[in-house]
Amino acid sequence: MKILLIGNPNVGKSAIFSRLTGIDVKVSNYAGTTVEFKKGCMPYQGKTVEVIDVPGTYSLKPTNKAEKVAVEMLKEGDLVINIVDATNLERNLSLSFELMEKNVPMVIALNIWDEAKHTGINIDVKKLEGLLGVSVIPTIALTGEGIKRLMKNLQKVKILKTKKYSDKERWSRIGRIIKQVQRIEPRCHTFLERLSDASINPIAGIPIAIMIMLLSFTIIRFIGENLISYVFDPLFELYRPLVIWVGGLFGQGFINDILIGNLINGQIDFTQSMGLLTTGFYVPIAMVLPYVFSFYIILGFLEDFGYLPRLAVLIDNVMHNLGMHGFSIIPMILGLGCNVSGALSTRILCSKKEKFISATLMAISVPCMAQTAMVISLVGPYGISGIGTVFLTLFSVWIIVGLILNKTIGGKSPELFMEISPYRIPYFKALLKKLWMRIRSFVTHAIPYMLFGVLIINILDTLGIISFIGNIAAPVVVNIFGLPKEAIAALIAGFLRKDVAIGMLLPLSLSFKQLIIASVILTMYFPCVATFVILVKELGTRAMIRSALIMVFATLIVGGLLNLVIWF
Amino acid sequence: MEIPLSKLKSGEIGIIKQLRGGLEFQRTVNSLGVIVGKRIKVISVQPLMGPVVISMDNMQIAIGRGMATKIIIKQ
Repeated sequence: MKILLIGNPNVGKSAIFSRLTGIDVKVSNYAGTTVEFKKGCMPYQGKTVEVIDVPGTYSLKPTNKAEKVAVEMLKEGDLVINIVDATNLERNLSLSFELMEKNVPMVIALNIWDEAKHTGINIDVKKLEGLLGVSVIPTIALTGEGIKRLMKNLQKVKILKTKKYSDKERWSRIGRIIKQVQRIEPRCHTFLERLSDASINPIAGIPIAIMIMLLSFTIIRFIGENLISYVFDPLFELYRPLVIWVGGLFGQGFINDILIGNLINGQIDFTQSMGLLTTGFYVPIAMVLPYVFSFYIILGFLEDFGYLPRLAVLIDNVMHNLGMHGFSIIPMILGLGCNVSGALSTRILCSKKEKFISATLMAISVPCMAQTAMVISLVGPYGISGIGTVFLTLFSVWIIVGLILNKTIGGKSPELFMEISPYRIPYFKALLKKLWMRIRSFVTHAIPYMLFGVLIINILDTLGIISFIGNIAAPVVVNIFGLPKEAIAALIAGFLRKDVAIGMLLPLSLSFKQLIIASVILTMYFPCVATFVILVKELGTRAMIRSALIMVFATLIVGGLLNLVIWF
Repeated sequence: MEIPLSKLKSGEIGIIKQLRGGLEFQRTVNSLGVIVGKRIKVISVQPLMGPVVISMDNMQIAIGRGMATKIIIKQ
């Protein structure tokens, strides 16, 4: 038995989902697509049943991939909980009617009930139930009010026989229902509404956006740095004797080389030794995880508060010049956390052109948090000029490549058309759940890749393959980028994970200029394998080959230029 | 007076009179509840041909300038 949660985007579906289900939540891909949905369990009539959080949709006539999946999933559900935003009853009822016309057994959760009351919207629930013929239960996902009643009502759901309406008939019917059940009292603007108006006002909005960006970056760095120095570094000092003991078990030789790696000045150096148990664990856990953690705290808050659509509106005209539209800022921002989630989120874009450009620009010039953390630790000691140069270069690449692609790629980018949901104070538990799922996914994906990467590099190095490739690639690496031949090992490792690749630059004692060039080209030259796989799925093989060629070509030009122009 | 939404200034109010576009366009705007007869208010107009943000019922919608030219408003 499957229960589906269906509703418009931003109606508190995920919060209701968190309320209904326990902690054992799985994120899965819908068969054959990259559209994700959440699956959990809840007790129902003495049994445990599956609850599915279907991607948000405005209509059952889908306009993008996520909505198509929502419609497909509807066929598999035995019971539907239609989550309706009480503050926007009229628009939400359109989907409810479409669902009723499918004759699926359903109940309506009239969510955000508290906000509706505060904002002076009175809904006669009894009358609405009578007119629709289905149970309507007011809920407040934030506090859990109404959830028990909702679960009780699931037991007595009946199937309706509703006739099909044309769009026009449906809207006029909804209009009549609204007139009968809803009364709106005038009231003053709340603080959040005034803040909302300011953040999409062109004059106040851009300074606000810049402030939010700077503040986010400062907080991310502050939390990240402090976690490293006060939590993770001390932990690894406790772990050090264990590693030394394990190393002692095997004596000198191949196994020791792989597990512990090289000693630096007779000591294990967690950042440079390049062993599985040393660098293999230290880089993802102590250098990257703290930043990933702090990034997702901030991102989760901004998402649930509702800031991102406003950013999309403000930046829409810029994005159109780069062949995208405002919403393409979402893959970029998610890409700052992890390019894989950035690549996945390109599915919300409908036109081919826009999807290709967004994916390519994201992969080429948006460093993921793992990589950013490593760049900060690498060039950070040189002060803001180092980090500044790296990011300014990447930003210029983003703009220039975008301008060129917009001119050269055929097709149209659609116009912005989206709801800007009101600012809402995030539901703390849903925030934590999301943070936990993201951290779990980072730990379970990053650490195996990292260990695998370190292992492969060690084996290739022992077999002499790295120096062989190094000799072939030497003309490019040395003459164009001005890097030592040994840096090729980092470029090879970068296919697996970009953070380990940057970590491998540490023992090379590169100059400041070389560090900057290496950081930039490691971001640009190719996506990591996890991102690559998703992009092939999202764009198709041919488009991905084109995209990869653009990346390689741009890297050669930018790396070469940097080598020529940087004077310090 | 009937003018396209794209000509309205921030703070101006009107009623949607006509949606001048194909089926695809109608369907897109309908999905968010933008239908003839609705009362709207312009919240902000982004510079350089950026989108228009309107409020309608209890919600706000961002609409690209091109689409806004197809939405005819009676003031």
